[in-house]
Amino acid sequence: MKRAFKMPGFSIGFIMAFTFTAAALVSFFWTPFGTDGVDIVNKLHTPDGTNWFGTDHLGRDIFSMIMVGARTSIAVAVVAVGIGVLLGVPLGLAAAARKGSLLDEFIMRGNDLVFAFPALLIAILITAVFGPSAINAIIAIGIFNIPVFARLTRAGALSLWTRDFVLAARVSGKSRVRISFEHILPNITNLLIVQGTIQFSLGILAEAALSYIGLGAQPPIPSWGRMLADSQTMVSFAPHLALFPGLAIVLTVLGLNLMGDALRDLFDPKLRRDRQ
Amino acid sequence: MKRILTGASVLALLASGAIAASTSLTLGDQLEPPHLDPTAGAAGAIDTVVYINIYEGLTEFAADGSVIPALAKSWDISEDGLTYTFHLQSGVKFHDGSDMTASDVVWSLNRARAEDSVNAQKTLFENIADVTATDDTTVVVTLSTPTGNFLFNMAWGDAVVLNEGDDVEALKTAPNGTGAFTFTNWVQGDSITMSRNEAYWGEAAKLESVTIKYISDPTAAFNAVMAGDVDAFPTFPAPENLPQFEADPRFTVIVGSTEGETILSTNNKMPPFDNPLVREALAHAIDRNAIIDGAMFGYGTPIGTHFAPHNPAYMDLTAQSNYDPELARTLLAEAGFPDGFTTTMKLPPPSYARRGGEIIAAQLREVGIETEVTNLEWGQWLEEVFKGKDFGLTIVSHTEPMDIGVYANPEYYFQYDSAAFQALMDDLNGATDPAKRTEILQAAQQMISDDYVNGYLFQLAKTGVANANIRGLWENAPTQGSNLAEAYWVD
Repeated sequence: MKRAFKMPGFSIGFIMAFTFTAAALVSFFWTPFGTDGVDIVNKLHTPDGTNWFGTDHLGRDIFSMIMVGARTSIAVAVVAVGIGVLLGVPLGLAAAARKGSLLDEFIMRGNDLVFAFPALLIAILITAVFGPSAINAIIAIGIFNIPVFARLTRAGALSLWTRDFVLAARVSGKSRVRISFEHILPNITNLLIVQGTIQFSLGILAEAALSYIGLGAQPPIPSWGRMLADSQTMVSFAPHLALFPGLAIVLTVLGLNLMGDALRDLFDPKLRRDRQ
Repeated sequence: MKRILTGASVLALLASGAIAASTSLTLGDQLEPPHLDPTAGAAGAIDTVVYINIYEGLTEFAADGSVIPALAKSWDISEDGLTYTFHLQSGVKFHDGSDMTASDVVWSLNRARAEDSVNAQKTLFENIADVTATDDTTVVVTLSTPTGNFLFNMAWGDAVVLNEGDDVEALKTAPNGTGAFTFTNWVQGDSITMSRNEAYWGEAAKLESVTIKYISDPTAAFNAVMAGDVDAFPTFPAPENLPQFEADPRFTVIVGSTEGETILSTNNKMPPFDNPLVREALAHAIDRNAIIDGAMFGYGTPIGTHFAPHNPAYMDLTAQSNYDPELARTLLAEAGFPDGFTTTMKLPPPSYARRGGEIIAAQLREVGIETEVTNLEWGQWLEEVFKGKDFGLTIVSHTEPMDIGVYANPEYYFQYDSAAFQALMDDLNGATDPAKRTEILQAAQQMISDDYVNGYLFQLAKTGVANANIRGLWENAPTQGSNLAEAYWVD
């Protein structure tokens, strides 16, 4: 961990991502103003000492909405990545353990099937059938994450299955399931962490995109994507309405990507050797 | 040489563009019609294109909402109010060249009132007992009961005259009317074009052609007006952009009235809204001015009942449902909901509904009523709310003129079922005396206000923007269509 912080990319990315996570956590206890009431008299104020980021078209404090919106974004992304890891990793391990079997074919072709659809299309399909809500957005983004993790796990695991220590474990009579979880999984955690960071940033982007087209979190739950959509017709005379949620999305995603890149460099033995 | 040629052709293009600008007009609109037969569909977008411009009826609406002669140049009404004798204009031709005669009128009215009619407003014709043509230019309509607003009914886009024997399916994409414009082209998903009818029976249109371009996205609409891709946007979807147009000398902003009563529709059959006390509490929990300011940026007139404020019979009943959250809480407690309750609010796409919904949800939360808001597309809204009646609250603008009569239909989506109101509407249909009609209409307004059927919010304003050199566009929207034959350019 210490080594990671020595890398400027990781530190900068970590600070960005941490800021928004902290804002999301703090918003549970405190925000400068409430976000579920409207205050029409004070609408469209430009940023000042009271409303640090100004107020929106319904007079709500944008700073508070960004804080609570961070909560929505992070919650959706965390759960969606969680779904991907919890379902995708075991599937990938199983496919690798039985390489070439019918099970392997079944899992991987199923993955190809899900992969063949663009992620957002799946999301639109699900929300169109079951109605727009944050929960459905989470499920939609989560489903898209499953094949990503399944493929990565299988590829990583396959190269490990030929290693001597796995052979030794097999000779000593361990079952394939035990080997998968006790020897394979710990050795591909690095891969999963790097991919998790990237999927996390993609999840935030996907949530913003779904909310932007009205299929994500429903009002009055603040969401960065919907704030952008609401501000669209007012950008020409109240640019701060679009600026702050836009910046929030960019900085969070950028931060996570910087972290992911740095972690990849750190975990990749080849790159590590180059640096030394 | 090549360069010179290109230069010359550009000049020629510019010159032709300059000439075309003074005789053709491109309008922008948000919703594209599903088809172009106004007698077979409820969509207002159909009337926007064809009403008066392509199809005409016996009577029609003028810009101020009054009913004026159209294909019928005059009429006689019998003493008992049961027989209307219409004298038709002579020399009127349909766009395909055939003559418009009394038999076309008979055919059109009989088709509209038939058992298997596909007309969206069959109630307009329900009192007609018989229609006959006594000669080529005279039509006699016999009514079963006196119908005070029969001439008004005949002015609707749903009552236009079609050519007898036309294939009605073909008319959906190729209308054949008598109006001052003939249908030219429909590029689905993009635009509809119509051209001046040179053989028009009345005063010819001033413009040679009119194109209506469909732009559903408000931001794209703003850009299209700013860039001059459209010359006017008669119903501009984003009121927040109007101050920018006002500040720009290239444009004029046209603010008028519409027939759109925007209401918080309440499902009167769904508990707890079947309790009048709950509905009364709802009415007092809503701050109309905040909604008009927040959702419409100030455009709109508060209403306290389902009636247009520019109508002479209108009563201002807003005081009866004034903003009083304290009273709302008391009423809720009295109704047995001291801690409030949770309900659903399903919102269609227009900004008055989406933004209005957020404001109302916040106002209701103040008195303890939680709402689960769902944003729906129009198709889903029609399916779930209008047809399925699966909703607690919704916000929608009722844009039909003089539509207080819908409250007499217990099957209508908000399901108000009052025998007293239905009797009142029967009286209204029988009354021909204007003073008596006004009296009944006012009693009806009072009754739905007393019963707090729906939350009455505001009368939708017609907020349009146009090139400053265009004249003759309708300022108000007394009906869903408007007469474009009067529009012209000045230099």
